[in-house]
Amino acid sequence: MSTSTTTRRRGVLGTSALRPDGLPKVQGRFAFSSDAWADNMLWGATLRSPHPHARIVSIDTSGALAINGVSAVITADDVPGQLTYGLISNDQPVFARDVVRFAGEPVAAVAADHPETARRALAAITVVYEVLPALTRAEEALDTGTTPIHPDGNVIRRQRIVRGDQSFAGDVVVEGTYDIGMQDQAFLGLEAALALPDDDGSGVELFVATQWLHEDQKQIAACLGLPLDKVRLTLGGVGGAFGGREDISLQVHCCLLALATGRPIKMQYGREESFFGHIHRHPATIWMRHHADRDGTLRRVEARVLMDGGAYASTSSAVLINAVTHVQGPYRCENATVDGYAVRTNNPPCGAMRGFGVVQACFAHESQMDKLAAACGLDPVTIRLKNAMRTGDRLITGQVVESVAPVERCIRETAALPLPPELSEHPDALQLPGGSGRTARRNNVTRGIGWGVSIKNLMYSEGFDDYATARCRLANGVATLQFATAEVGQGFVVLAQQIARSVLGVDTVLLEPISTAIGSAGSTSASRQTWMSGGAVDGACRLVRERLFEQVAREHHIDPLRLTIDGIDVIDSAGDLRVSVEDASRGLVIDETFEHHHRATEELDENGQGNCHVAFAFVAHRAVVDVDTELGLVKVVQIATAQDVGRVLNPLAALGQVEGGIAQGLGLAVMEEIVLVDGKMRNPSFTDYLLPTALDAPEVVVSMIEEPEPQAPLGAKGIGEPPCISVTPAIVAAIRAATGKDLARVPVRPQDIVFG
Amino acid sequence: MTVINARSVDEALTALRDHPRARLLQGGTDLMVEVNLQRTSVQDVIALRQVSELRRWHVDEQSRAVRIGAGVPYAELERNPLALHLPALAQAARTVGSPQIRAAGSLGGNLGTCSPAGDGLPVLSAMDAVVHLRSATDSRDVSIHDFMLGVKRSARRPDELIVAVTLPLLDGFQGYAKVGTRNAMVISVASACLIHDASEGSIRLAYGAVAPTVVRARNAERWLAANAPLRGRPVFDRALASEFGRRAAEECAPIDDHRSTARYRRHAVAVLAERLLLQASGYGASREHTT
Repeated sequence: MSTSTTTRRRGVLGTSALRPDGLPKVQGRFAFSSDAWADNMLWGATLRSPHPHARIVSIDTSGALAINGVSAVITADDVPGQLTYGLISNDQPVFARDVVRFAGEPVAAVAADHPETARRALAAITVVYEVLPALTRAEEALDTGTTPIHPDGNVIRRQRIVRGDQSFAGDVVVEGTYDIGMQDQAFLGLEAALALPDDDGSGVELFVATQWLHEDQKQIAACLGLPLDKVRLTLGGVGGAFGGREDISLQVHCCLLALATGRPIKMQYGREESFFGHIHRHPATIWMRHHADRDGTLRRVEARVLMDGGAYASTSSAVLINAVTHVQGPYRCENATVDGYAVRTNNPPCGAMRGFGVVQACFAHESQMDKLAAACGLDPVTIRLKNAMRTGDRLITGQVVESVAPVERCIRETAALPLPPELSEHPDALQLPGGSGRTARRNNVTRGIGWGVSIKNLMYSEGFDDYATARCRLANGVATLQFATAEVGQGFVVLAQQIARSVLGVDTVLLEPISTAIGSAGSTSASRQTWMSGGAVDGACRLVRERLFEQVAREHHIDPLRLTIDGIDVIDSAGDLRVSVEDASRGLVIDETFEHHHRATEELDENGQGNCHVAFAFVAHRAVVDVDTELGLVKVVQIATAQDVGRVLNPLAALGQVEGGIAQGLGLAVMEEIVLVDGKMRNPSFTDYLLPTALDAPEVVVSMIEEPEPQAPLGAKGIGEPPCISVTPAIVAAIRAATGKDLARVPVRPQDIVFG
Repeated sequence: MTVINARSVDEALTALRDHPRARLLQGGTDLMVEVNLQRTSVQDVIALRQVSELRRWHVDEQSRAVRIGAGVPYAELERNPLALHLPALAQAARTVGSPQIRAAGSLGGNLGTCSPAGDGLPVLSAMDAVVHLRSATDSRDVSIHDFMLGVKRSARRPDELIVAVTLPLLDGFQGYAKVGTRNAMVISVASACLIHDASEGSIRLAYGAVAPTVVRARNAERWLAANAPLRGRPVFDRALASEFGRRAAEECAPIDDHRSTARYRRHAVAVLAERLLLQASGYGASREHTT
């Protein structure tokens, strides 16, 4: 036991090693991006369109420039490079020039000596708009008669999936149409950046909270008209991301102002502006028809997926692909007919958010599985077990699932987790639906149980090589790691240290600043960094270890292949040699860089066939809810979940991902929605965009399913997204069970329960 | 911008006379939100934080009333001993925002802002509270019903300071319930306060967030008085309570907005009224009913 105590203290893989940013964060000492400061700096601010669709007739900035303390006012005319940017297609203007396409689109930016001066400067800019009719319904965007709102047209992408028997009709057929509202990432650390111009004005350095430094660098440099090496990025402290920092927000504006004024520029959004400044989860309407045999065997899925991408493309095309390729759920199915569209409207742009298209698909397919169960006279667990996908099964894209696929085990282990106790005779009203409003008594409450199971792809898809780079340097028993992996709160900084301690037998692992000074790590998204950047750190550490072993072997005249790491020592597995890593590395500097690439994937063909995804992870959720059926209020009592994680590398961090994801999925199920009326946001604040509070968060009981994934460098699958995906349909199914209502839309609102 | 740090009510009133456009700052839980959203350009501020007179309360046994300073924070209203005297007000106070907000916010702020969703206002209405106003030159007492004029409009003159409210000490059930779309820290979608005056033999119901101001369900109250004995420990059956709720809902004028729909709000008012009346039924007969 003493060995394991030592091991735990050393913070190697498999332990709940404490993260280096943990204490500073809870003590309020962590420097978030919004805390950045430079001498002589100016404050940047953004002028945004109040209209969802309008022609810009004129922009008069003279009033702003006349204000004392205002150093610069910039518009589209001041963009020296590419006028537009975007993650997949460059369709979004740095500043609107002729037309604004969503309410909140940037039109101009100012730099001033104080945030209040900047605010006044924005108010002094006169923009004359000619308001145009706004296209705000996704269905209308598909009409051929609808005028395109963008030169690229209104359809961002269409993708069909055609597989198997196209005329197959099952003995049992169920169908439904499901709507998913617009969810926001609602990260707590608001958008913020500090741009420092080079002394000679030839380049710029940017400290910014982002998810992918190198992609930002590429897009910023193109818009600034500068070579890549003239735009250097360092990660500022990031307070959450969830996909909402993948797109450019204030980066280009901040750099442009720094170059225009020759002074450091700080920009930061407030909470309201943040709602306008980043993309959201796609609202979607999904029609599905499931065909099954009488015994519940799933035979064919039909689906039509319509996603509202808002005004600009962002990652809409990839989100759509995820939705259509996951529409079967974690179930075997040989016949499929799927048609999907991502369209442009004058609503706010939508893009990446945790679950990335699969959240929408999962709400539809899991609602359908419950309908199918009812139609076949089966319970929700039996129908899911009956159809559970296994390794080796073929997806509706024709791709074979090579990943470990313990779907059946996820369901069985979830079912085995204990249910919460029944409500007591006189429960505290605070614990009932309605919570602190104390609206309910025991007899107003009905309990329901519901299920959700999901499949989620890991890493980027469709031929994209989202590799990750890491560097490891070992000297005198101390390892120093360098990578550009955005630490957004997920805990990669501690995982990297754990990897180095395990591989190299060191205790002290230092981390270089996270910046573009090293190669790309890809995005902190798609549940990919443990696999990809973890693989890169592991690879770099292994290269260093090989060289260390060579050195030790040379000194002791033995074969380096006999050497291994035992705790903090290098030992000879076939002899008596034992030398500490610290001693062995004294006087040496071993420095290695490694790139990890996942296996290649393909684009889908016109019938949606192709090996487009790298790997998959699975999870099951069982929700227990109490519903005040008369008032339509919900208290989620418990979520039980068994998640396919491959291998737990840090139990505390893994639990954090699971609990946090469940809270986010709960938010979509019962409260989180950006309310739009004619393209305008009605609730851009935390007063009215409701996030779950401690009183809304359920008890979470978890079973981590550890079947190491052979493809994954550390045997571990990404675990960030699955927790938030099938928990939403599980909660809604539980509300249906308690109320008997259809509830084909999320979030479920009180009025949907009462009048639905 | 001038910030005047008043140390007494008199100092605050003088400052208010000299700076008629000044904004009054007590807990700041409304004003600072406005400022942060840049909907208000604040010129002058009179800070009341150090005016200790506004943060006192006392019970007058003689007149059977509680006078609560306008600056007494919700955190104090929600706890004993005040909660024992005014249980519905305590319950309303517990639904206000987060602990941080309750430590700063006060009834003076609820009254000053005069939003129909103000959590404390249905209690003041159902209890026929009296609002005490002072200016540098005079003072006056205004019934809560005359004080609230419309959405964020009150009878307070610009030179007046809300110094306190007085509520009666009553025997009988006092209940408050609030519907919101999450289980804590939420702006009211609909709320209701039901007060039973056992010695007078009346039941009063006020509701929030379903009309331009907090309003009383006077017709439903009269109907109940005509159809049930209300003195002492009345007992109400479900059918009566349900009809009371139905009638109460007819008296509100809710709207559709991003928080809810008029239809749901009307429904919620009926349910809350029914449930509160059933809680009042037989109240005090045994301890179980008090929970």
